[in-house]
This record gives sequence, structure tokens and C-alpha cells, in this order.
Amino acid sequence: MEIIRLEHVTKSFDGQKVLDDLSLSVNEGEFLTVIGRSGCGKTTMLRLINGLQKPDSGKVYVEGEDVDNTDLIALRRRIGYVIQNKGLFPHMTVEKNISYVPVISGKKNKEENHRQALRLLKLAGLEESMAGRYPSELSGGQQQRVGIARALASDAKILLMDEPFGALDEITKRAMQDEVLSLQAQLHMTIVFITHDIREAMKLGDRVLVMEQGRIVQLDTPEMILRRPADDFVRDLTSGDRADRKTGKREE
Amino acid sequence: MEFFQNVIQLYIERKDWFLELTGAHITLSLTAVLLAGITGLLLGIWIAECPKASGPVLTVANICYTIPSISLLGMLIPLLGIGNPTAVVALTLYGIMPMVRNTYAGITGVSSDIVSAAEAMGSTRAQIMLKIKLPLAMGVIVAGVRNMVVMTISVAAIASFIGAGGLGVAIYRGITIYDTAMTFSGSFLIALIAIVSDGLLGIVEKKIKKGMHLV
Repeated sequence: MEIIRLEHVTKSFDGQKVLDDLSLSVNEGEFLTVIGRSGCGKTTMLRLINGLQKPDSGKVYVEGEDVDNTDLIALRRRIGYVIQNKGLFPHMTVEKNISYVPVISGKKNKEENHRQALRLLKLAGLEESMAGRYPSELSGGQQQRVGIARALASDAKILLMDEPFGALDEITKRAMQDEVLSLQAQLHMTIVFITHDIREAMKLGDRVLVMEQGRIVQLDTPEMILRRPADDFVRDLTSGDRADRKTGKREE
Repeated sequence: MEFFQNVIQLYIERKDWFLELTGAHITLSLTAVLLAGITGLLLGIWIAECPKASGPVLTVANICYTIPSISLLGMLIPLLGIGNPTAVVALTLYGIMPMVRNTYAGITGVSSDIVSAAEAMGSTRAQIMLKIKLPLAMGVIVAGVRNMVVMTISVAAIASFIGAGGLGVAIYRGITIYDTAMTFSGSFLIALIAIVSDGLLGIVEKKIKKGMHLV
């Protein structure tokens, strides 16, 4: 079943076309990875889904509702959003960060919020004792886990992730990728995941969306992207990955 | 040495008068600090949220701040007469600038990634201001308060020249009757109040920054 739909979306900033007649449909429970050069419009596309950006023309539907015509605050509280570790609130403890959405949504039951925060900490692979720490006291990987726990606190069915692991070292990054895959298997969320790392895109995505200059170059399973790249751009993009697969360098 | 003995003598003999002047000085300064603090904070929040207003507001506040204190007081006399209310108005106008500037700088200095995250999580505009922007800007805002308080205490000394109370009265009278000990006594107490206030606010500033994990 379809949960996110973009219809002929166009978006420009200062006369520069960022999204050019983009149409896309994401199914419930799907893990979609989006890859492209910086400035190709992938972040803008993500921000259209929770209404942080409005399309110049075209329509965006989430759970069947027209985003332009819905209560954006309520919509955003239902959608988890994870960005690079800069997104945590530095003046709040880990627990307060995780309970942020429940608290601003008016859930005042402290006991319940506390229990939920601890449960999410565990789910994201962190110790309960982390609850009282501040983001600055955590490592990059730990911060990212908190970011994910925080996004899950809204009981989100949709998770939007904007290069969440971009700042992590290779080893932590792989661990986090596995973590997200297992979370998705447990919670059956729909995930739209932006990355500039082709390996990450191929490893995580049920489907991979390759973007270039605000258009979809190819949208297909990782398998098909490797076997039938739509053009030279996709071929170039995947060539490193392909070589890794042949020589068996790729660890999975 | 004899001079300092004179000063101490004077403090003892005219204890009540100095206490009264000190009280008046603190009341005058505190009134202006509260008015400027609240006005400046609200203006700062407003211009941080409405960038179009920031240019004009900062310009006007800057002009008020640039006018020498004695001129500002002098210019207010035809409008408001002499006495405490005029002094309060002048001190408030003076104090608004550091408050507005620091509130504005503090709020606009909050990382856009953090604000964007808060917005994406479904915060209302008011929630972003109260839960994210203001707490994170608090260190810079308190630095502004500190700056303003010290400045208000010192400028309040000049307010006596237009008939307002406060320790400036002792300085002024000392000058008119050639009593250097009296001038010194008043000046010294003003300096003391300023230093103590600054020290106390410094502690508050440190505590807030620590509490917010900004250092």
C-alpha cells in the first residue's frame, strides 16, 4: 500500500530548479534509499514530505493526506526525522531529547515518558545509564543512536533520514546500518534514507532512487541498478561498488 | 592617609544619608534595568523572528546608545522635566541597546540544524522559542544583562545632575562645596555596587552556561 506520494513536484530556489517534475510513490514498509550528488535535490525532496518545504507546483501526499492541506504540526509529530548528529538538543539530557516529541505533544505523564525513553534507548542499542547524559558527553555513534531513539518516540510509521551516518567512521557506520535494518524489520516502518554513499544505498534500500539535477535518473532494486544502470551516471556511481562485489571486498 | 580617615569619618557621621542614597541609587538602577530588560528581551525576540524589523530596531537602539548620557538626559528635560522619572526613561533607553543586541545575537546564533530538527519534529513556533532558542541563547542574553546592569549603575550617577536621587547626589554636592572626601565617598560606593553586581551576575552567567551545557 502506498504511504507517500509525490506528484509532478517542482521546486526552485532563487530561480534555480532543484526539483524538476518529480513523481514518486513509496509503499508502506518500504526502505527507500536516495542517492545523488550534493545539490541534486534529495534533501529538498525529503523536506517536502514533512512539509518543511512547499512545492512550487505539484502535490505531496502522506498517508493519503495532501500535505499542503493538513495540520503540519500534527503530521511532523507522526514522522520521525533523523539528521546528522548536529540535530540533538545540546541543552537537554539524552532522556529529555528522546521525550521531546511526547512532551511537546502534551503527554505530561512523566512516569510513562520515562519508561518509554528507557525502552527506546535499549531499542537503539544504548545503556539505560545514558539517559542522564548530555549529547556533548557522547560519541558520534552514540549521538546517532539517540537521534534514532528520539525519532522513534513519536511511534512513527514513517522515518525520514538525511545522511544520518555521514559523519561516522566506517566501522560505526556499518554497525548503525545493521541496527537500522533490524529496527525496520522489527517495527515495519517506512524509511526514506538519504545518503551520498552508494554502498550504503545498495546495502539498505529495498529500492534505490538515483537523483540528478532534480530528476529521477533511476528507481529500482539494488540488483537491477547494478545489472541495468539507466545511464552513464548510474554506471559510474555503481562502478566502485560493482568492483567491490566482484573481488569480494564488500563485507556484509 | 588623612584623606581616607576623612572618608571613613564621613561614612560614619552621615551613615543614614549614604544608606538612603545607596538605596535610591539601587532602586533607580533596578527600575531601569527591569524596564530595559523586559523591553529589550521582547524587542530582541521580535526582531529575531521578523528579520525585516531587525534593521530599523537595531539602528534606533544603536542611536540611543550612541548619544552621550549627559546629552540624552539634557534632551529629555524639556519633554519630561527633571527628577527620577526622566532619569528612569533615559537609563531605560540606554539599557535597551545591549539587551536587544544580545537577545538578537543569542537567538539568531542558535544552530539552524537544531532549529530545523525541532521544527521537523513538530514543534510550534512558540515551542521552538521557549524550549530551544531561548534556553540556548540564555548565556549570551545574560552576558547582555550583565553589561547593561553595570552600565546603568554608572550612568545613574550622572542622573543626579538632572535632579534624580542616588549616589550621584553625593558626588555633585561634594563638587559644589569643594568637599573631595564627599565626592570620593559617593564615587567609591557606586564603584562598589557596580563591581559587586558584575561579580554576582558573572556567577549567574557561569551557572546558566554550565546548566545548559554550553561550555
